[in-house]
Amino acid sequence: MSRYTAVTEQDLKEMLGAIGVGSLDDLFADIPEGVRLGRAIDLPDGRSEQEVHEHLAALAARNVHADAEISFLGAGMYDHYVPALIDTLLSRSEFLTPYTPYQPEVSQGGLQVMFEYQTAISELTGLPVSNASVYEGPSAVAAAGYLAKLETRRTKLVASRGLHPHSRAALATHAAGYGMEVVEVPLDGAAATDLDALAAAVDDDTAAVFVQQPNFLGTVEQLGELGEAAKSTGAMFICAADPLPLGVLKPPGEQGVDICVGEGQSLGNRLDYGGPSFGFFAASDRFIRKMPGRIAGETVDAEGRRGFVLTLQTREQHIRREKATHNICTAQALNALAGVIYLSWLGKRGLIELGELMLRRTHYARETLGLEPINPGPVVREFAVHVPDLDGLFERAHAEGINPGYRLGRDYPEYEDGLLVALTERRTKAHIDRLGRVVAASREGVPA
Amino acid sequence: MSESDTITIFERSREGRRAFVAPAPDDEVPEVAIEELLPEGARRERPAELPEVSEPELVRHYTTLSSKNFHLDEGFYPLGSCTMKHNPKLHERVAALPGHARLHPLQDPEYAQGALELMWSLQGALAEVAGLPHVSLQPSAGSHGELAGLLLTRAYHEAHGEPRTKVLTPDTAHGTNPATVTMAGYQVVKVGTAPDGGVDLDDLRAKADADVACLMLTNPNTLGLFDRNIEEIERIVHDAGATLYYDGANLNAVMGIARPGDMGFDIVHFNLHKTFTQPHGGGGPGAGPIAVSDRIEPFLPVPQVVRQPGRNGSAPRFDLDYDRPRSIGRLRGFHGNFGVFVRTYAYIRSLGGDGLKEASQVAVLNANYLKARLAEEGVGEYLPIAFDRICMHEFVLSGRGAKERLGIKTLDIAKRMLDHKVHPPTVYFPLLVEEALMIEPTETETKERLDHFAAVVRSILEEAREDPEIARGAPYTTPVRRLDEAGAAKRPRVRWRAEEEND
Amino acid sequence: MAEASYPDDLRYHEEHDWARIDGDQATFGVTWYAQDALGEVVFFDPPAVGASVSKDQTYAEVESVKAVSDVFAPLSGEIVEVNEALGDSPERINADPYGEGWMIKVRMSDPSEADSLMDAAAYKEMLENG
Repeated sequence: MSRYTAVTEQDLKEMLGAIGVGSLDDLFADIPEGVRLGRAIDLPDGRSEQEVHEHLAALAARNVHADAEISFLGAGMYDHYVPALIDTLLSRSEFLTPYTPYQPEVSQGGLQVMFEYQTAISELTGLPVSNASVYEGPSAVAAAGYLAKLETRRTKLVASRGLHPHSRAALATHAAGYGMEVVEVPLDGAAATDLDALAAAVDDDTAAVFVQQPNFLGTVEQLGELGEAAKSTGAMFICAADPLPLGVLKPPGEQGVDICVGEGQSLGNRLDYGGPSFGFFAASDRFIRKMPGRIAGETVDAEGRRGFVLTLQTREQHIRREKATHNICTAQALNALAGVIYLSWLGKRGLIELGELMLRRTHYARETLGLEPINPGPVVREFAVHVPDLDGLFERAHAEGINPGYRLGRDYPEYEDGLLVALTERRTKAHIDRLGRVVAASREGVPA
Repeated sequence: MSESDTITIFERSREGRRAFVAPAPDDEVPEVAIEELLPEGARRERPAELPEVSEPELVRHYTTLSSKNFHLDEGFYPLGSCTMKHNPKLHERVAALPGHARLHPLQDPEYAQGALELMWSLQGALAEVAGLPHVSLQPSAGSHGELAGLLLTRAYHEAHGEPRTKVLTPDTAHGTNPATVTMAGYQVVKVGTAPDGGVDLDDLRAKADADVACLMLTNPNTLGLFDRNIEEIERIVHDAGATLYYDGANLNAVMGIARPGDMGFDIVHFNLHKTFTQPHGGGGPGAGPIAVSDRIEPFLPVPQVVRQPGRNGSAPRFDLDYDRPRSIGRLRGFHGNFGVFVRTYAYIRSLGGDGLKEASQVAVLNANYLKARLAEEGVGEYLPIAFDRICMHEFVLSGRGAKERLGIKTLDIAKRMLDHKVHPPTVYFPLLVEEALMIEPTETETKERLDHFAAVVRSILEEAREDPEIARGAPYTTPVRRLDEAGAAKRPRVRWRAEEEND
Repeated sequence: MAEASYPDDLRYHEEHDWARIDGDQATFGVTWYAQDALGEVVFFDPPAVGASVSKDQTYAEVESVKAVSDVFAPLSGEIVEVNEALGDSPERINADPYGEGWMIKVRMSDPSEADSLMDAAAYKEMLENG
């Protein structure tokens, strides 16, 4: 008996008697000898809760986390302040432990949360229809590619190099399965998507064009003109967006975008070493029956009371099977809950205030760091700079408890000396000034 | 029940209210007009209409919503193939440790050694449970793991110069299996079920030709039955040159007893939110890591978590390996759902090898006991067992007896269970069984809880003998009664709108 | 429509579709059995006028809350009219599968194909024998 099971000697005797077998082993009679393990599993013995806690705490202590350094690391996940009420609400058993709401009468809380989340994402993206979440950002991009395939039946996908490297990679991996080719479009001299190259890449066999807003380097893209080029041959225009900047940026839905997806981590979710978070997926009305994943809809019950249900389920795998719009079953409901609570906490004005705060601090950082920008045009919360001695900078910065950001060279050989610097509301002027001093010292070759 | 209970957060909004206050340090960056930072064409004109509410209202709104949810911490969830076992509370505490929760995924591996070691250790434990040595933790859920498995299969066959076009799945397969087949660019071919509930071997032999890339199977299957012919199935599939894929949804039946790797499977996915206690969260998050054999290993996703021997006698180092030229590539961003790995790892360290085996043994014991209770007179004739054999961790009943003799369907029984404060089993799946009820109690339920559930079923049937209308109109005591799903699908309303036109 | 009915003046296809032949044109729809199995229909998207349909091939899908079914053409031809009213009121397929629930009208390309369809009696027998 472990601390989670409860079969006493007496229980066992009664239960085996009711079943009509002599021993527990009899219940496994169907398993052929040839495939039985026949030995103990080779794992360390089980431990008390206290010991497991100590072991996990020791592992955690060996990680340098966001409270242990001043970090300008972004590149897809961001250290925003998550209010305490999200911890409180998410730890409620009623949100943490239920199953998917297939029995809507006892799941109205979860279903209404989905409905509110869908509304918030629709508002943010400017597109009328949102689902209740997909796994995360890059696989949401891949899911959008699959929808484009189902919708257009064409075989080519065109993706800007401004898309997060993980998004481009995930898209290519999934596309290899559903039989589509991915063609990349380069960035121009200002690290925005090269419009001419994009127009040249789009043809009659292009199912969709993907751009990111702001792009991976933080550049605010000109969605309007990119969209025109994209849709010139009937391709779909898909935008992967960083959600918080959408508080101050014109929403993709107002710029000809057909589908807007993105990474939801910065909306009330932890860094968690990369997951779990959630992906959002919003689209124009005409794609509602081709959307992946769960969708909550409003309805009434037998007594005319307002209620919510999972709707358009015939799109999904459990009904449509091989013709489903996607194979997704379990998604990220709890993380999407954190997302809608966070957006409701920020509120209409808070979202704008946060966006403007990030704009100003990012601008200040870019102006004062004294490094040559890779993308001098408009940015919101992240930007890229050339750094003459990256190794030297990182060494000095680390000694001062600072993480300067993300080295672009690994993903962008065209920016081998590039550094991606992210600002959130947790990075103050004092922090930025400290980074500036480290940069200056690094440039002057002052001994570390 | 007051009217205000079904107000959305948007309807609670009043202009000027706020819960968020922006940080305003004394030493702030200079004020700059936003117009100077963003050109007009890029600026948002119409604000997103997010709610304006105070913190107390926000807390009360979501707390009230939560109270409308039935949940595992309050009651029984015998959902077949979902493995709704207890979510240990320690796991939330360790997942919240700042070294886990506040760690950026792109932190230098040098400064994330605890996280990488945790992942590496988890990989090893899952490999041991599966009997397959190479593990990727990257897939985000079971479906994602299934897709990974078929993409690996595709890469494997292409590397051998033999692209194939078909994937076999039993007709009892979970819907994710055929959906995955299509997403992976293959054609679904269904294999029939024999009278004993296992795969129809003759049908399998006829269909397992050189154009078949893979057979996707779960064992025990969705009928809760262990396929006694698994060794022959393995021979047939491998003789045809295809890969054998194990859907790990039903792994809870066999941990420490039989391993899919030993059964001959090439690729296995785990559902960490089923077998390994990750809380369901009302629909996720989960995780779907995979374990594979030597011949599939070269194609695993990047990055892989690896261990390198320490230098100069120091401790080993853990790292992310991107140098995998034959990899199928990335499936998602970063490394996977690390928060889920923390909880799963804590579970495995809590139970140990013996504890995992005991979990499976009790899961099977509980299922067989409940099956015996539900076979008793007064229940069994209305809900006959679909396949009368020893079951594993779950079993499937058919509601056809109740439909014919009492005039109530499985749906009505399920809805009436809600009034008894238990969650219904999985209903109308697998498709093979008429009016199916798929029941999986899991190992964390006591005998008394199982007896209570059997009593609930008995009382619903007795009540239906007197008056079938009661079940047909159920539930009565839940926050809402039965909902108009047709209306929701006909005229979908999937977001709140300020100006509501009545339709 | 509460009671099962299979009008005598129609021809029936084994995939539970009917044809009403009138000169060189035929009207198609799904049978009482089909709409009963589906449950309340929530969505029907008709094909375009001018498109061709082929006997035994699917030309559309009909969707309820719990299922999506292919709709099969009993005969080949060119679509001359579609029932646009089903866009707003797909439930007509349940209420009046042979009347207001009609789906498309075609100009037949090969009227002799009708010989291979079942009459009402044969269709009812097929249903009984499962």
